Amino acid sequence: MQLAKPLARPRRQTLELVSRSWSWLFLLLLVIFFSLTGPGFLSFFNIQSIGSNMSSELIMALGQTFVIIAAGIDLSTGFIMGLAAVISAEVLTVLAASRLPLPLVIILGLLAGIIGGTIPGLINGIIIGRLRVPPFIVTLGMYGIAEGIAFLVEGGQPISVQVNGVGNLGNGYLLYYQSSAGFTFFNPPTGPHGAQLNGVVSLLPYPLIIMIIVLLVCHWLLSRTKFGQHTYAIGGNAEAALRAGIPVVRRTIAIYTLSGLLSAIAGVVYVLRFTNGAADAGNPLLLDSIAAVVIGGASLFGGEGTVIGTFIGALIIAVIQNGLVIIGVEPFWQYVAVGAVIILAVLVDQAKSRITA
Amino acid sequence: MATRQPVLQVKDLFKHFGGLVAVDHVSLEVYPGEVVGLLGDNGAGKSTLIKLVSGVYRPDGGRIIYNGQEAAFSSPMDARQQGIETIYQDLALCENLDAPANIFLGREPIRHRLGIFRELNRAYMEREARQVLDQLDIHIPDLRRPIRQLSGGQRQAVAIARAVYWNARLMIMDEPTAALSIPEQRKVLQLVRTLRERGVPVLIISHNLRDAFEVADRIIVMRRGRKAGERITSATNDNEVVGLIVGAEQEAAEQEA
Repeated sequence: MQLAKPLARPRRQTLELVSRSWSWLFLLLLVIFFSLTGPGFLSFFNIQSIGSNMSSELIMALGQTFVIIAAGIDLSTGFIMGLAAVISAEVLTVLAASRLPLPLVIILGLLAGIIGGTIPGLINGIIIGRLRVPPFIVTLGMYGIAEGIAFLVEGGQPISVQVNGVGNLGNGYLLYYQSSAGFTFFNPPTGPHGAQLNGVVSLLPYPLIIMIIVLLVCHWLLSRTKFGQHTYAIGGNAEAALRAGIPVVRRTIAIYTLSGLLSAIAGVVYVLRFTNGAADAGNPLLLDSIAAVVIGGASLFGGEGTVIGTFIGALIIAVIQNGLVIIGVEPFWQYVAVGAVIILAVLVDQAKSRITA
Repeated sequence: MATRQPVLQVKDLFKHFGGLVAVDHVSLEVYPGEVVGLLGDNGAGKSTLIKLVSGVYRPDGGRIIYNGQEAAFSSPMDARQQGIETIYQDLALCENLDAPANIFLGREPIRHRLGIFRELNRAYMEREARQVLDQLDIHIPDLRRPIRQLSGGQRQAVAIARAVYWNARLMIMDEPTAALSIPEQRKVLQLVRTLRERGVPVLIISHNLRDAFEVADRIIVMRRGRKAGERITSATNDNEVVGLIVGAEQEAAEQEA
């Protein structure tokens, strides 16, 4: 025993470190692998497009992070995203026909989508928090309700948004650089044409900027505020949280409302990027977004998880999807790969709880 | 002792659940700076009695006088706010959070960043937690570890530290040594003595005689909802108390009659 002790301690610490940071290591390995095998994977353009492509999924996953840490689950995020997208597209289309100034049309259109997606989240929260119905059931019900309403608004066909500026907001960049013109904001330099355009470097696509802002705000909320602390407490031991005087009902409502809000923002980002609103814009992202949270180290039993973890989780999924396309693997293998990573994540989590118990 | 005012005075307390009388006209007092052991077999009414005192249940009859005033607690939170801290067997801690977070659970201090951002004041929480743990002579090397990784005794100590930090004026402990190893039991009992030295009265529930004899100044025995007897610890012995718990004397008396 006395001999074993000094050896056991560093080994335990190493194991703990590996289990805590395995997702970073895994991401690093993926990046190394794809940089060696996929031409152009590590290019500036590709890295930024990974960021743009994962924006909606990550924003949705961030809401799910709060929900899962509070020992809940939100199955309605996908169709809430779709609902927000179609409402936003519809309002944009209707308002564009009016005499309102263009910036106001865009602001109102996006706001309508965000409000339209936050309300179902609020309803989820009230039913779960106040009426104590299990979140799985409530959000499954809301999944159907949001799906139905989204398709009704859409009318069976994605709503194409023909409003100037919307596409630019979703696909434009904040900064452009060209050797002769230097840096320009918002628009590419006006001079170069044709072949010269190839020399323009575009920096910071808007969806990436929105994603980073949401990411930072969520990180701050979860790790630095009373709200974040209470989210962990509710997930860790709801009974203890209640006895300690934490307003559990109010916090629960806020958590599901936040999830709805973030899903709605994801839907609005979708409208900006694809200039249309589709009812099923978000549902394919539901499982991947939950996967991102789990890969990021959150426990489905609640109480564990971080925003940075979810970010890494979403990045792993995005890198796998992007990388497999670049190296020319059939796209269906993406599902297999992401599925395998989810199971791996849970295995690591179990090993971790054995080590730290 | 008669000249001092009791912190807690229970008079003729009565509680029934349907036809089952759980607490049958029980009276007791707890004075400042004393440890009272509440003993009894399973189902003797100990837990119901303390739930009446800590605001979980409402009494069906009798009075609870706390700090000289008639008390009617509407909830455990209400009782806590008035200084009655109860430490349950399940501790009511969030095991995924660290010790400072648990000590400040539900009462987190806030600081303002740049005027508008309301943030948790982690530094203050850690400083205060360290201080109260030191005062109670509780050693937790790494305060940032989730308390899941602490021993059962350390967790018990965190629960006690929380009560002390928030100025408990009466501490109720429900089986504080259950499920602890022997050295940890000793540590917890030591904490009870520390509380007494600090003038915090403790009502400790146990069905472990050794615990009671080790820390209690007075022992109150309950049996079938009634107070079976009350003894000064130094003036009684195991046999007498066991007799009260199982009702031997009473039965003997009944047989004689």
